[in-house]
Amino acid sequence: MQRFKSWFTGRRLVIAVPYAFLLLFFLFPFLIVGKISVSEMEAVAFKDVITFADGVFQLTLKFGNYLYIAEDSLYFKTYLSSVHYAALTTALCLFIGYPFAYFMARARSTVQPALLMLVMLPFWTSFLLRVYAWKGLLSDGGVVAQFVIGTGIDQLLAALGLIPAPGKLMNTPFSLILGMVYTYLPFMILPLYANLSKMDLRLLEAAADLGASPWVAFWKITVPLSKAGIIAGSMLVFIPCVGEYVIPELLGGPETLMIGRVIWDEFFSNNDWPMASSVAVIMILLIIVPLAIFNKYQAEAQETVR
Amino acid sequence: MKASRFNLWFGRAWLAAGFFFLFLPIVALVVYSFNDSPLPNVWRGFTLRWYQSLLNDGEIIAGFVLSLKVAFLTACGSVVLGTVAAFVLVKYKRFAGRTVFSGMVNAPLVMPEVVVGLSLLLMLVSVQRALGFPERGLVTIWIGHLLLGMAYATVVVQSRLQDLNPRLEEAAMDLGARPAQVFWLVTLPMIAQSLVSAWLLTFTISLDDVVLSNFLSGPGATTMPLVIFSRARLGLNPSVNAVAAITVAVVSIGVIVASYVIARRERQRLLDAAAAARA
Repeated sequence: MQRFKSWFTGRRLVIAVPYAFLLLFFLFPFLIVGKISVSEMEAVAFKDVITFADGVFQLTLKFGNYLYIAEDSLYFKTYLSSVHYAALTTALCLFIGYPFAYFMARARSTVQPALLMLVMLPFWTSFLLRVYAWKGLLSDGGVVAQFVIGTGIDQLLAALGLIPAPGKLMNTPFSLILGMVYTYLPFMILPLYANLSKMDLRLLEAAADLGASPWVAFWKITVPLSKAGIIAGSMLVFIPCVGEYVIPELLGGPETLMIGRVIWDEFFSNNDWPMASSVAVIMILLIIVPLAIFNKYQAEAQETVR
Repeated sequence: MKASRFNLWFGRAWLAAGFFFLFLPIVALVVYSFNDSPLPNVWRGFTLRWYQSLLNDGEIIAGFVLSLKVAFLTACGSVVLGTVAAFVLVKYKRFAGRTVFSGMVNAPLVMPEVVVGLSLLLMLVSVQRALGFPERGLVTIWIGHLLLGMAYATVVVQSRLQDLNPRLEEAAMDLGARPAQVFWLVTLPMIAQSLVSAWLLTFTISLDDVVLSNFLSGPGATTMPLVIFSRARLGLNPSVNAVAAITVAVVSIGVIVASYVIARRERQRLLDAAAAARA
Protein backbone atom coordinates (compact mmCIF):
# COMPACT_ATOMS: atom_id res chain seq x y z
CA MET A 1 0.00 0.00 0.00
CA GLN A 2 2.79 2.34 0.99
CA ARG A 3 4.62 1.62 -2.22
CA PHE A 4 1.51 2.01 -4.29
CA LYS A 5 0.90 5.44 -2.80
CA SER A 6 4.39 6.79 -3.51
CA TRP A 7 4.26 5.29 -7.00
CA PHE A 8 1.01 7.05 -7.63
CA THR A 9 2.22 10.49 -6.60
CA GLY A 10 5.51 9.96 -8.43
CA ARG A 11 3.57 9.04 -11.53
CA ARG A 12 1.53 12.20 -11.30
CA LEU A 13 4.64 14.33 -11.00
CA VAL A 14 6.28 12.59 -13.95
CA ILE A 15 3.27 13.35 -16.12
CA ALA A 16 2.87 16.88 -14.81
CA VAL A 17 6.34 18.18 -15.71
CA PRO A 18 6.28 17.80 -19.53
CA TYR A 19 2.54 18.39 -19.61
CA ALA A 20 2.80 21.73 -17.84
CA PHE A 21 5.69 22.78 -20.04
CA LEU A 22 3.73 22.08 -23.22
CA LEU A 23 0.55 23.71 -21.97
CA LEU A 24 2.42 26.81 -20.94
CA PHE A 25 4.68 27.21 -23.96
CA PHE A 26 2.75 25.53 -26.74
CA LEU A 27 -1.01 25.57 -26.25
CA PHE A 28 -1.34 28.78 -24.26
CA PRO A 29 0.62 30.84 -26.84
CA PHE A 30 -1.75 29.62 -29.57
CA LEU A 31 -4.71 30.86 -27.56
CA ILE A 32 -3.00 34.23 -27.29
CA VAL A 33 -2.50 34.32 -31.07
CA GLY A 34 -6.22 33.61 -31.44
CA LYS A 35 -7.04 36.39 -29.03
CA ILE A 36 -4.77 38.93 -30.69
CA SER A 37 -6.11 38.04 -34.13
CA VAL A 38 -9.48 39.44 -33.05
CA SER A 39 -8.08 42.45 -31.21
CA GLU A 40 -7.66 45.94 -32.40
CA MET A 41 -4.25 47.49 -32.18
CA GLU A 42 -3.80 50.90 -30.65
CA ALA A 43 -0.35 52.40 -30.90
CA VAL A 44 1.67 49.59 -29.36
CA ALA A 45 -0.93 48.13 -27.01
CA PHE A 46 -3.85 45.91 -27.83
CA LYS A 47 -7.34 46.82 -26.72
CA ASP A 48 -8.60 44.24 -24.30
CA VAL A 49 -11.02 41.80 -25.81
CA ILE A 50 -13.00 41.65 -22.61
CA THR A 51 -13.72 44.95 -20.89
CA PHE A 52 -15.60 45.69 -17.71
CA ALA A 53 -17.56 48.93 -17.74
CA ASP A 54 -20.77 50.16 -16.10
CA GLY A 55 -21.24 46.84 -14.34
CA VAL A 56 -21.29 44.72 -17.51
CA PHE A 57 -18.64 42.65 -19.15
CA GLN A 58 -18.24 43.48 -22.75
CA LEU A 59 -16.73 41.20 -25.33
CA THR A 60 -15.29 43.10 -28.24
CA LEU A 61 -14.19 40.96 -31.14
CA LYS A 62 -12.84 42.53 -34.26
CA PHE A 63 -13.07 40.31 -37.28
CA GLY A 64 -11.78 43.07 -39.53
CA ASN A 65 -8.56 41.21 -40.25
CA TYR A 66 -10.40 38.09 -41.33
CA LEU A 67 -12.75 40.11 -43.53
CA TYR A 68 -9.76 41.79 -45.10
CA ILE A 69 -8.08 38.43 -45.76
CA ALA A 70 -11.31 37.14 -47.30
CA GLU A 71 -11.71 40.17 -49.54
CA ASP A 72 -8.13 40.63 -50.69
CA SER A 73 -7.49 38.00 -53.34
CA LEU A 74 -3.73 38.25 -52.78
CA TYR A 75 -4.05 36.35 -49.49
CA PHE A 76 -6.15 33.67 -51.13
CA LYS A 77 -3.59 33.32 -53.89
CA THR A 78 -0.81 33.08 -51.34
CA TYR A 79 -2.51 30.30 -49.37
CA LEU A 80 -3.19 28.50 -52.62
CA SER A 81 0.35 28.79 -53.91
CA SER A 82 1.80 27.70 -50.53
CA VAL A 83 -0.28 24.54 -50.67
CA HIS A 84 0.63 24.10 -54.33
CA TYR A 85 4.39 24.33 -53.72
CA ALA A 86 4.14 22.13 -50.63
CA ALA A 87 2.18 19.47 -52.52
CA LEU A 88 4.60 19.53 -55.44
CA THR A 89 7.55 19.23 -53.05
CA THR A 90 5.89 16.31 -51.25
CA ALA A 91 5.18 14.49 -54.52
CA LEU A 92 8.76 14.93 -55.71
CA CYS A 93 10.18 13.85 -52.35
CA LEU A 94 8.03 10.73 -52.48
CA PHE A 95 9.06 9.99 -56.06
CA ILE A 96 12.77 10.30 -55.24
CA GLY A 97 12.61 9.10 -51.65
CA TYR A 98 10.53 5.92 -51.98
CA PRO A 99 12.88 4.05 -54.31
CA PHE A 100 15.78 5.44 -52.31
CA ALA A 101 14.43 4.12 -49.00
CA TYR A 102 13.41 0.88 -50.69
CA PHE A 103 16.85 0.11 -52.10
CA MET A 104 18.43 1.17 -48.82
CA ALA A 105 16.24 -1.23 -46.87
CA ARG A 106 17.05 -4.04 -49.33
CA ALA A 107 20.79 -3.41 -49.35
CA ARG A 108 23.07 -5.86 -47.56
CA SER A 109 22.58 -5.53 -43.83
CA THR A 110 26.28 -4.77 -43.35
CA VAL A 111 26.14 -1.62 -45.48
CA GLN A 112 22.80 -0.37 -44.15
CA PRO A 113 24.22 1.47 -41.12
CA ALA A 114 26.69 3.25 -43.40
CA LEU A 115 23.94 4.27 -45.83
CA LEU A 116 21.82 5.52 -42.95
CA MET A 117 24.77 7.50 -41.68
CA LEU A 118 25.20 9.07 -45.13
CA VAL A 119 21.54 10.17 -45.16
CA MET A 120 21.89 11.62 -41.67
CA LEU A 121 25.14 13.44 -42.41
CA PRO A 122 23.59 16.31 -44.40
CA PHE A 123 21.03 16.46 -41.61
CA TRP A 124 23.78 17.25 -39.11
CA THR A 125 25.24 19.93 -41.36
CA SER A 126 23.54 23.29 -41.04
CA PHE A 127 20.36 23.47 -43.08
CA LEU A 128 20.79 27.21 -43.54
CA LEU A 129 24.24 26.76 -45.04
CA ARG A 130 23.07 23.99 -47.36
CA VAL A 131 20.26 26.16 -48.66
CA TYR A 132 22.70 29.01 -49.08
CA ALA A 133 24.96 26.69 -51.11
CA TRP A 134 22.20 26.28 -53.71
CA LYS A 135 22.24 30.03 -54.16
CA GLY A 136 25.79 29.72 -55.41
CA LEU A 137 25.10 26.63 -57.51
CA LEU A 138 22.03 28.07 -59.22
CA SER A 139 23.08 31.67 -59.71
CA ASP A 140 24.25 32.77 -63.13
CA GLY A 141 27.43 30.89 -63.94
CA GLY A 142 27.05 28.50 -60.98
CA VAL A 143 27.95 24.88 -61.62
CA VAL A 144 24.39 23.55 -61.66
CA ALA A 145 23.10 26.52 -63.65
CA GLN A 146 25.81 25.95 -66.28
CA PHE A 147 24.95 22.26 -66.49
CA VAL A 148 21.19 22.82 -66.74
CA ILE A 149 21.53 25.50 -69.37
CA GLY A 150 24.28 23.62 -71.23
CA THR A 151 22.12 20.52 -71.60
CA GLY A 152 19.04 22.49 -72.59
CA ILE A 153 17.04 21.33 -69.57
CA ASP A 154 16.14 24.96 -68.94
CA GLN A 155 14.04 24.91 -72.13
CA LEU A 156 12.01 22.09 -70.62
CA LEU A 157 11.70 23.90 -67.28
CA ALA A 158 10.51 27.02 -69.05
CA ALA A 159 7.97 24.98 -71.01
CA LEU A 160 6.71 23.55 -67.70
CA GLY A 161 6.41 27.08 -66.35
CA LEU A 162 8.91 26.50 -63.57
CA ILE A 163 11.15 29.28 -64.78
CA PRO A 164 9.86 32.41 -66.52
CA ALA A 165 12.31 32.12 -69.42
CA PRO A 166 15.21 29.83 -70.36
CA GLY A 167 18.58 30.91 -69.01
CA LYS A 168 17.76 32.00 -65.50
CA LEU A 169 17.26 29.57 -62.62
CA MET A 170 17.76 31.54 -59.43
CA ASN A 171 14.75 33.18 -57.72
CA THR A 172 12.20 31.19 -59.69
CA PRO A 173 9.63 28.57 -58.71
CA PHE A 174 12.22 26.04 -59.88
CA SER A 175 14.89 27.13 -57.41
CA LEU A 176 12.31 27.27 -54.60
CA ILE A 177 11.07 23.73 -55.25
CA LEU A 178 14.58 22.39 -55.69
CA GLY A 179 15.58 23.89 -52.35
CA MET A 180 12.52 22.51 -50.57
CA VAL A 181 12.89 19.02 -52.09
CA TYR A 182 16.56 19.05 -51.16
CA THR A 183 15.92 20.13 -47.57
CA TYR A 184 12.98 17.85 -46.85
CA LEU A 185 14.10 14.70 -48.71
CA PRO A 186 15.65 13.12 -45.57
CA PHE A 187 12.35 13.68 -43.76
CA MET A 188 10.73 11.46 -46.39
CA ILE A 189 13.51 8.87 -46.58
CA LEU A 190 13.92 8.20 -42.86
CA PRO A 191 10.34 7.19 -41.94
CA LEU A 192 10.04 5.18 -45.15
CA TYR A 193 13.30 3.40 -44.45
CA ALA A 194 12.24 2.65 -40.88
CA ASN A 195 9.00 1.20 -42.23
CA LEU A 196 10.44 -0.77 -45.18
CA SER A 197 13.35 -2.26 -43.25
CA LYS A 198 10.93 -3.78 -40.73
CA MET A 199 8.86 -5.48 -43.41
CA ASP A 200 8.53 -9.25 -43.26
CA LEU A 201 10.24 -10.45 -46.44
CA ARG A 202 8.58 -13.84 -46.14
CA LEU A 203 5.42 -12.19 -47.43
CA LEU A 204 7.19 -11.48 -50.72
CA GLU A 205 8.45 -15.06 -50.89
CA ALA A 206 4.91 -16.26 -50.33
CA ALA A 207 3.69 -13.98 -53.12
CA ALA A 208 6.40 -15.33 -55.44
CA ASP A 209 5.47 -18.90 -54.55
CA LEU A 210 1.90 -18.11 -55.43
CA GLY A 211 3.04 -16.88 -58.81
CA ALA A 212 3.17 -13.12 -58.44
CA SER A 213 5.82 -11.35 -60.49
CA PRO A 214 8.19 -9.11 -58.47
CA TRP A 215 6.44 -6.07 -59.88
CA VAL A 216 2.97 -7.28 -58.86
CA ALA A 217 4.28 -8.28 -55.43
CA PHE A 218 5.75 -4.81 -55.02
CA TRP A 219 2.45 -3.05 -55.80
CA LYS A 220 0.20 -5.48 -53.98
CA ILE A 221 2.31 -6.14 -50.89
CA THR A 222 5.20 -3.74 -50.35
CA VAL A 223 3.39 -0.51 -51.15
CA PRO A 224 0.24 -1.19 -49.09
CA LEU A 225 2.36 -2.35 -46.14
CA SER A 226 4.40 0.85 -46.25
CA LYS A 227 1.31 3.05 -46.18
CA ALA A 228 2.05 4.30 -42.67
CA GLY A 229 5.57 5.28 -43.71
CA ILE A 230 4.29 7.04 -46.84
CA ILE A 231 1.79 9.04 -44.83
CA ALA A 232 4.23 9.91 -42.05
CA GLY A 233 6.87 10.99 -44.56
CA SER A 234 4.41 13.01 -46.65
CA MET A 235 3.10 14.86 -43.62
CA LEU A 236 6.61 15.54 -42.33
CA VAL A 237 7.32 17.18 -45.69
CA PHE A 238 4.01 18.79 -46.54
CA ILE A 239 3.09 20.58 -43.31
CA PRO A 240 6.36 22.41 -42.63
CA CYS A 241 6.63 23.25 -46.34
CA VAL A 242 3.32 25.13 -46.27
CA GLY A 243 4.73 27.53 -43.68
CA GLU A 244 8.33 27.55 -44.87
CA TYR A 245 10.04 30.93 -44.58
CA VAL A 246 13.81 30.58 -44.90
CA ILE A 247 13.92 28.71 -48.23
CA PRO A 248 11.51 31.06 -50.11
CA GLU A 249 13.42 34.01 -48.71
CA LEU A 250 16.79 32.72 -49.92
CA LEU A 251 15.84 30.86 -53.11
CA GLY A 252 12.36 32.04 -54.07
CA GLY A 253 11.60 34.91 -56.35
CA PRO A 254 9.20 37.81 -56.10
CA GLU A 255 6.45 35.77 -57.78
CA THR A 256 6.74 32.77 -55.47
CA LEU A 257 4.11 33.60 -52.86
CA MET A 258 4.43 31.76 -49.58
CA ILE A 259 2.35 32.21 -46.47
CA GLY A 260 5.28 31.99 -44.07
CA ARG A 261 6.76 35.04 -45.72
CA VAL A 262 3.47 36.95 -45.44
CA ILE A 263 3.27 36.30 -41.68
CA TRP A 264 6.87 37.35 -41.26
CA ASP A 265 6.37 40.54 -43.28
CA GLU A 266 3.12 41.50 -41.54
CA PHE A 267 4.91 41.07 -38.26
CA PHE A 268 8.37 42.50 -38.81
CA SER A 269 7.89 44.95 -41.70
CA ASN A 270 4.34 46.21 -41.22
CA ASN A 271 4.35 45.70 -37.43
CA ASP A 272 0.74 44.60 -37.79
CA TRP A 273 0.59 41.97 -35.07
CA PRO A 274 -3.16 41.30 -35.23
CA MET A 275 -2.95 40.82 -39.00
CA ALA A 276 0.01 38.44 -38.67
CA SER A 277 -1.99 36.52 -36.04
CA SER A 278 -5.06 36.27 -38.28
CA VAL A 279 -3.00 34.97 -41.19
CA ALA A 280 -1.39 32.45 -38.82
CA VAL A 281 -4.76 31.30 -37.43
CA ILE A 282 -6.02 30.55 -40.92
CA MET A 283 -2.83 28.69 -41.70
CA ILE A 284 -3.24 26.56 -38.55
CA LEU A 285 -6.78 25.73 -39.64
CA LEU A 286 -5.40 24.81 -43.05
CA ILE A 287 -2.90 22.30 -41.66
CA ILE A 288 -4.95 20.93 -38.77
CA VAL A 289 -6.44 18.15 -40.90
CA PRO A 290 -3.10 16.85 -42.19
CA LEU A 291 -1.75 17.28 -38.65
CA ALA A 292 -4.51 15.09 -37.24
CA ILE A 293 -3.82 12.46 -39.90
CA PHE A 294 -0.14 12.57 -39.01
CA ASN A 295 -0.84 12.10 -35.30
CA LYS A 296 -3.25 9.24 -35.99
CA TYR A 297 -0.70 7.35 -38.05
CA GLN A 298 2.06 8.17 -35.59
CA ALA A 299 -0.03 6.57 -32.84
CA GLU A 300 -0.83 3.57 -35.05
CA ALA A 301 2.82 3.12 -35.94
CA GLN A 302 3.64 3.02 -32.23
CA GLU A 303 0.94 0.46 -31.66
CA THR A 304 2.29 -1.86 -34.35
CA VAL A 305 5.82 -1.53 -32.97
CA ARG A 306 4.70 -2.84 -29.60
CA MET B 1 15.11 -13.63 -52.38
CA LYS B 2 17.58 -12.92 -55.10
CA ALA B 3 17.31 -9.51 -56.65
CA SER B 4 17.53 -9.50 -60.41
CA ARG B 5 20.61 -8.05 -62.04
CA PHE B 6 18.69 -5.11 -63.42
CA ASN B 7 17.13 -4.40 -60.05
CA LEU B 8 20.52 -4.45 -58.36
CA TRP B 9 22.08 -1.97 -60.74
CA PHE B 10 19.02 0.23 -60.90
CA GLY B 11 18.98 0.35 -57.11
CA ARG B 12 22.66 1.23 -56.90
CA ALA B 13 22.27 3.94 -59.52
CA TRP B 14 19.29 5.44 -57.70
CA LEU B 15 21.14 5.49 -54.38
CA ALA B 16 24.23 6.99 -55.98
CA ALA B 17 22.21 9.73 -57.68
CA GLY B 18 20.38 10.47 -54.43
CA PHE B 19 23.59 10.77 -52.44
CA PHE B 20 25.10 12.93 -55.16
CA PHE B 21 22.11 15.27 -54.81
CA LEU B 22 22.38 15.32 -51.01
CA PHE B 23 26.10 15.99 -50.91
CA LEU B 24 26.59 18.29 -53.90
CA PRO B 25 25.90 21.56 -52.03
CA ILE B 26 28.03 20.50 -49.08
CA VAL B 27 31.01 19.79 -51.31
CA ALA B 28 30.40 23.03 -53.21
CA LEU B 29 30.50 25.06 -50.00
CA VAL B 30 33.87 23.64 -49.03
CA VAL B 31 35.32 24.18 -52.50
CA TYR B 32 34.04 27.77 -52.76
CA SER B 33 35.47 28.61 -49.35
CA PHE B 34 38.98 28.24 -50.77
CA ASN B 35 38.24 30.26 -53.91
CA ASP B 36 40.14 33.50 -54.17
CA SER B 37 37.32 35.10 -56.13
CA PRO B 38 34.26 36.29 -54.20
CA LEU B 39 32.07 34.97 -57.02
CA PRO B 40 31.35 31.28 -57.18
CA ASN B 41 31.43 31.11 -60.95
CA VAL B 42 35.08 32.08 -61.34
CA TRP B 43 37.90 30.05 -59.89
CA ARG B 44 40.79 32.37 -59.23
CA GLY B 45 43.05 30.13 -57.20
CA PHE B 46 43.40 28.81 -53.71
CA THR B 47 43.21 31.12 -50.72
CA LEU B 48 42.69 31.07 -46.99
CA ARG B 49 41.76 34.70 -46.71
CA TRP B 50 38.06 34.08 -46.00
CA TYR B 51 39.08 32.06 -42.97
CA GLN B 52 41.43 34.81 -41.89
CA SER B 53 38.68 37.41 -42.16
CA LEU B 54 36.48 35.28 -39.89
CA LEU B 55 38.96 35.72 -37.04
CA ASN B 56 38.40 39.49 -37.13
CA ASP B 57 34.66 39.20 -37.62
CA GLY B 58 33.28 40.29 -34.24
CA GLU B 59 29.66 39.82 -35.30
CA ILE B 60 30.15 36.18 -36.27
CA ILE B 61 32.24 35.40 -33.19
CA ALA B 62 29.71 36.94 -30.79
CA GLY B 63 26.90 35.10 -32.59
CA PHE B 64 28.83 31.86 -32.40
CA VAL B 65 29.38 32.20 -28.64
CA LEU B 66 25.70 32.94 -28.01
CA SER B 67 24.64 30.08 -30.28
CA LEU B 68 26.88 27.65 -28.40
CA LYS B 69 25.44 28.72 -25.05
CA VAL B 70 21.86 28.41 -26.27
CA ALA B 71 22.55 25.09 -27.99
CA PHE B 72 24.19 23.62 -24.88
CA LEU B 73 21.31 24.67 -22.63
CA THR B 74 18.77 23.50 -25.20
CA ALA B 75 20.37 20.08 -25.60
CA CYS B 76 20.50 19.49 -21.83
CA GLY B 77 16.96 20.71 -21.22
CA SER B 78 15.51 18.88 -24.23
CA VAL B 79 17.00 15.56 -23.18
CA VAL B 80 15.55 15.87 -19.69
CA LEU B 81 12.09 16.97 -20.87
CA GLY B 82 12.11 14.60 -23.84
CA THR B 83 13.08 11.61 -21.70
CA VAL B 84 10.31 12.33 -19.21
CA ALA B 85 7.79 12.83 -22.04
CA ALA B 86 8.89 9.63 -23.80
CA PHE B 87 8.65 7.75 -20.51
CA VAL B 88 5.12 9.03 -19.99
CA LEU B 89 4.08 8.08 -23.53
CA VAL B 90 5.56 4.58 -23.39
CA LYS B 91 4.81 3.57 -19.80
CA TYR B 92 1.56 5.28 -18.96
CA LYS B 93 -1.04 4.02 -21.37
CA ARG B 94 -4.00 5.65 -19.66
CA PHE B 95 -4.31 8.98 -18.00
CA ALA B 96 -6.60 11.92 -18.42
CA GLY B 97 -5.56 14.02 -21.39
CA ARG B 98 -3.19 11.51 -22.95
CA THR B 99 -4.35 12.27 -26.49
CA VAL B 100 -3.84 16.00 -25.99
CA PHE B 101 -0.44 15.28 -24.51
CA SER B 102 0.82 13.11 -27.37
CA GLY B 103 -0.58 15.62 -29.86
CA MET B 104 1.25 18.47 -28.19
CA VAL B 105 4.51 16.51 -28.05
CA ASN B 106 4.45 15.73 -31.78
CA ALA B 107 3.03 19.02 -33.03
CA PRO B 108 6.24 21.12 -32.85
CA LEU B 109 7.87 18.57 -35.20
CA VAL B 110 5.62 19.62 -38.05
CA MET B 111 4.10 22.96 -37.03
CA PRO B 112 5.65 25.67 -39.21
CA GLU B 113 8.24 27.50 -37.18
CA VAL B 114 6.86 30.85 -38.22
CA VAL B 115 3.65 30.06 -36.33
CA VAL B 116 5.41 28.66 -33.27
CA GLY B 117 7.76 31.64 -33.16
CA LEU B 118 4.96 34.16 -33.58
CA SER B 119 2.81 32.58 -30.88
CA LEU B 120 5.65 32.31 -28.38
CA LEU B 121 6.68 35.89 -28.96
CA LEU B 122 3.15 37.23 -28.58
CA MET B 123 2.83 35.31 -25.32
CA LEU B 124 6.16 36.55 -24.02
CA VAL B 125 5.21 40.13 -24.87
CA SER B 126 1.91 39.72 -23.02
CA VAL B 127 3.67 38.22 -20.00
CA GLN B 128 6.28 40.93 -20.09
CA ARG B 129 3.58 43.58 -20.05
CA ALA B 130 1.97 42.00 -17.02
CA LEU B 131 5.06 41.06 -15.01
CA GLY B 132 7.89 43.16 -16.39
CA PHE B 133 9.98 40.16 -17.41
CA PRO B 134 11.44 38.24 -19.24
CA GLU B 135 13.52 40.46 -21.49
CA ARG B 136 14.01 39.00 -24.93
CA GLY B 137 17.41 37.35 -25.15
CA LEU B 138 19.14 34.12 -24.28
CA VAL B 139 16.38 32.81 -22.01
CA THR B 140 13.55 33.45 -24.46
CA ILE B 141 15.48 31.89 -27.36
CA TRP B 142 16.20 28.95 -25.09
CA ILE B 143 12.49 28.42 -24.32
CA GLY B 144 11.64 28.38 -28.02
CA HIS B 145 14.43 25.96 -28.89
CA LEU B 146 13.49 23.79 -25.92
CA LEU B 147 10.01 23.34 -27.35
CA LEU B 148 11.42 22.13 -30.67
CA GLY B 149 14.24 20.13 -29.11
CA MET B 150 11.92 18.38 -26.69
CA ALA B 151 9.79 17.10 -29.59
CA TYR B 152 12.83 15.60 -31.35
CA ALA B 153 14.32 14.20 -28.13
CA THR B 154 11.01 12.53 -27.30
CA VAL B 155 10.90 10.76 -30.67
CA VAL B 156 14.47 9.49 -30.31
CA VAL B 157 14.14 8.30 -26.70
CA GLN B 158 10.64 6.92 -27.25
CA SER B 159 11.72 4.56 -30.03
CA ARG B 160 14.48 3.18 -27.79
CA LEU B 161 12.21 2.82 -24.76
CA GLN B 162 9.73 0.86 -26.85
CA ASP B 163 12.38 -1.67 -27.83
CA LEU B 164 13.36 -2.35 -24.21
CA ASN B 165 12.47 -5.66 -22.68
CA PRO B 166 9.97 -4.78 -19.92
CA ARG B 167 10.88 -7.99 -18.07
CA LEU B 168 14.15 -6.49 -16.89
CA GLU B 169 12.29 -3.69 -15.16
CA GLU B 170 9.72 -6.12 -13.80
CA ALA B 171 12.50 -8.29 -12.43
CA ALA B 172 14.02 -5.31 -10.63
CA MET B 173 10.61 -4.49 -9.17
CA ASP B 174 10.17 -8.07 -8.01
CA LEU B 175 13.54 -7.88 -6.31
CA GLY B 176 12.27 -4.92 -4.32
CA ALA B 177 13.54 -1.87 -6.21
CA ARG B 178 11.44 1.24 -5.90
CA PRO B 179 10.21 2.81 -9.20
CA ALA B 180 12.80 5.57 -8.95
CA GLN B 181 15.56 3.01 -8.39
CA VAL B 182 14.34 0.97 -11.34
CA PHE B 183 14.51 4.04 -13.52
CA TRP B 184 17.98 5.17 -12.43
CA LEU B 185 19.63 1.76 -12.16
CA VAL B 186 17.92 -0.26 -14.89
CA THR B 187 16.08 1.87 -17.45
CA LEU B 188 18.47 4.80 -17.75
CA PRO B 189 21.64 2.78 -18.47
CA MET B 190 19.76 0.88 -21.17
CA ILE B 191 18.60 4.01 -22.96
CA ALA B 192 21.86 5.95 -22.41
CA GLN B 193 22.91 5.74 -26.05
CA SER B 194 19.64 7.24 -27.26
CA LEU B 195 20.08 10.08 -24.77
CA VAL B 196 23.45 10.86 -26.31
CA SER B 197 22.00 10.92 -29.83
CA ALA B 198 19.08 13.05 -28.63
CA TRP B 199 21.53 15.47 -27.02
CA LEU B 200 23.58 15.79 -30.19
CA LEU B 201 20.51 16.10 -32.42
CA THR B 202 18.90 18.85 -30.33
CA PHE B 203 22.26 20.61 -30.04
CA THR B 204 22.56 20.81 -33.83
CA ILE B 205 18.91 21.78 -34.26
CA SER B 206 19.35 24.67 -31.85
CA LEU B 207 22.63 25.68 -33.45
CA ASP B 208 20.89 25.86 -36.81
CA ASP B 209 17.58 27.54 -36.04
CA VAL B 210 16.77 30.83 -37.75
CA VAL B 211 13.04 31.45 -37.46
CA LEU B 212 12.43 30.87 -33.75
CA SER B 213 15.65 32.69 -32.88
CA ASN B 214 14.65 35.71 -34.88
CA PHE B 215 11.25 35.99 -33.21
CA LEU B 216 12.64 35.44 -29.73
CA SER B 217 15.95 37.29 -29.80
CA GLY B 218 16.30 40.79 -28.51
CA PRO B 219 18.63 43.64 -29.34
CA GLY B 220 22.21 42.55 -28.73
CA ALA B 221 21.33 38.85 -28.74
CA THR B 222 22.01 37.68 -32.28
CA THR B 223 22.76 34.02 -32.87
CA MET B 224 25.11 32.86 -35.58
CA PRO B 225 22.38 31.63 -37.96
CA LEU B 226 20.77 35.07 -37.75
CA VAL B 227 24.04 36.70 -38.79
CA ILE B 228 24.50 34.20 -41.61
CA PHE B 229 20.90 34.54 -42.74
CA SER B 230 21.01 38.31 -42.94
CA ARG B 231 24.21 38.11 -45.00
CA ALA B 232 22.93 35.31 -47.23
CA ARG B 233 19.77 37.28 -47.91
CA LEU B 234 21.80 40.08 -49.42
CA GLY B 235 23.62 37.75 -51.78
CA LEU B 236 26.62 35.49 -51.95
CA ASN B 237 29.14 36.02 -49.21
CA PRO B 238 32.52 34.24 -49.03
CA SER B 239 32.74 34.51 -45.23
CA VAL B 240 29.59 32.36 -45.08
CA ASN B 241 31.40 29.75 -47.17
CA ALA B 242 34.24 29.67 -44.67
CA VAL B 243 31.81 29.23 -41.76
CA ALA B 244 30.15 26.45 -43.74
CA ALA B 245 33.40 24.65 -44.46
CA ILE B 246 34.36 24.72 -40.78
CA THR B 247 30.93 23.36 -39.80
CA VAL B 248 31.22 20.60 -42.38
CA ALA B 249 34.65 19.63 -41.07
CA VAL B 250 33.52 19.54 -37.43
CA VAL B 251 30.35 17.60 -38.25
CA SER B 252 32.15 15.05 -40.44
CA ILE B 253 34.79 14.38 -37.79
CA GLY B 254 32.08 14.02 -35.14
CA VAL B 255 30.01 11.64 -37.24
CA ILE B 256 33.01 9.53 -38.24
CA VAL B 257 34.16 9.21 -34.63
CA ALA B 258 30.63 8.38 -33.48
CA SER B 259 30.11 5.73 -36.16
CA TYR B 260 33.53 4.22 -35.35
CA VAL B 261 32.63 3.98 -31.65
CA ILE B 262 29.20 2.51 -32.43
CA ALA B 263 30.63 0.01 -34.91
CA ARG B 264 33.26 -1.12 -32.40
CA ARG B 265 30.68 -1.52 -29.66
CA GLU B 266 28.42 -3.47 -32.02
CA ARG B 267 31.30 -5.82 -32.95
CA GLN B 268 32.08 -6.35 -29.28
CA ARG B 269 28.43 -7.17 -28.65
CA LEU B 270 28.39 -9.72 -31.47
CA LEU B 271 31.64 -11.28 -30.20
CA ASP B 272 30.18 -11.51 -26.69
CA ALA B 273 27.02 -13.08 -28.03
CA ALA B 274 29.05 -15.59 -30.04
CA ALA B 275 31.18 -16.43 -27.01
CA ALA B 276 28.07 -16.87 -24.89
CA ALA B 277 26.54 -19.14 -27.50
CA ARG B 278 29.66 -21.32 -27.57
CA ALA B 279 29.83 -21.63 -23.79
